Amino acid sequence: MEMRHKVLIVDDDPAVLELYRELLAELPSQPEIFVAASGARALSLLKAEPFRLLLCDLKMPKMDGLQVLSIVRRQFPELRTVVMTAVQDDEFRSRAYGLGVDLYWLKPDTHQNMQMFLQCIESLMGKDNDGGGFRGIHSKGLIDLIQMECLSQSSTVLRVTRGSLMGRIWINGGELFDAEIEGARGESAFRRILEWKSGTFENLPAEPSRERRITKPVNALLLEMAQAMDETSSIEPGDPGEGEAVHRKTVWRLAAIARAGADFVVSLPPDTQATAEGWGTDVAQEMGGWLRQALDVSQQITQILQAGPLLDLEGTGLDHRVLALPQEQNHYLVGWPAGDKAARLSEKSKQLVASWDS
Amino acid sequence: MGLLNLFSKPSPTLRFLPSGSMTLDRNGAVLASTISSACPPQIVQEIGTLVLRLFNEARKSQMPLSEVTLRFASLQITARELRGGAFIFLTPKHSFTPSTET
Repeated sequence: MEMRHKVLIVDDDPAVLELYRELLAELPSQPEIFVAASGARALSLLKAEPFRLLLCDLKMPKMDGLQVLSIVRRQFPELRTVVMTAVQDDEFRSRAYGLGVDLYWLKPDTHQNMQMFLQCIESLMGKDNDGGGFRGIHSKGLIDLIQMECLSQSSTVLRVTRGSLMGRIWINGGELFDAEIEGARGESAFRRILEWKSGTFENLPAEPSRERRITKPVNALLLEMAQAMDETSSIEPGDPGEGEAVHRKTVWRLAAIARAGADFVVSLPPDTQATAEGWGTDVAQEMGGWLRQALDVSQQITQILQAGPLLDLEGTGLDHRVLALPQEQNHYLVGWPAGDKAARLSEKSKQLVASWDS
Repeated sequence: MGLLNLFSKPSPTLRFLPSGSMTLDRNGAVLASTISSACPPQIVQEIGTLVLRLFNEARKSQMPLSEVTLRFASLQITARELRGGAFIFLTPKHSFTPSTET
């Protein structure tokens, strides 16, 4: 028997809860509908059992929708979230998308809007993808998805999102044209996006005028990527070639810092017990300690204000200008000479660390 | 004519992001603030204390900073160190806010 997905609706208005319970129960996938009249009740239900989708109102007493979504994003990152509200304010829309919601929908007022809303909800629930994969074409990896687009000679822009990270891949007439992520472009960006094991994607209108930065055939690139992944997974600890590879990587990283005109890079794993690693600085541990403190402060601020995730943090000192970049695998602190011009510092830092762990 | 209002329930409101500036002394006390009173004073104080912590910890970590900018998805906080205290600007971002990166 096919498993029914669970949907949780949160709204402080009992009439709205009842209305949406009835409407969603009629969906073709026949989900199990649960309701909660407050954010606190919703969170306790989410802890008790796995849900597929959360529909949340914004204006609620005590704990408002943004607070609920902020907690949900941290504690249940896989849960799909929809804001269903009567608030037509651009600031709240931006903040909700900043918190990673899948859909911000003004409460439907016409039959046609209601139908569109229900279709969106049905497609958001999708099928199971417990083994990873990308939402929208479940049980398929990103490589399959790109191959399908290229084989069908499509022209499209694929927007791929993983948490707060977002990348774009341009395909024109079945040819891979360009990719972009966090300041990196072209092949290096494409390789980084392909390293993601799960996420969501969406097809945007094609941009035929996009400048071509990737000239290699897509199959050659995908093959290279697959080989690199195989090699990485086959290296045994203590392999005789491992020491030399580490040395070469260090040299390559120091060269990358010098090429970019930066002073140093400190890398910090998200695990709080792990120590920082630095290139171009003798005080990597101290800087790593500050970076952890700074990220902790940022998290507290975002919890207090629901201002969305930290994108970057820039500091100016006597000797250096530093840029902290919170990322999923490692956090980075990039140091630049104090005289470096302000513009594009964030982009330059993102470019520098883009290929750091590849 | 306001009779019908008797039956309307007071609706909860969403809190806007605070906008404005504040000055803190070296002990973290708020000396002056242009942030709307709609934002509770304890939140203003809490944000100020957290930002001040950034400067203090940077000093302890051998990298004293004179200015810090935190860019969140919906808010930018810019703080300038002021003899142990700080001058802090809070600027909410909207969809139409131009990017600071040029």
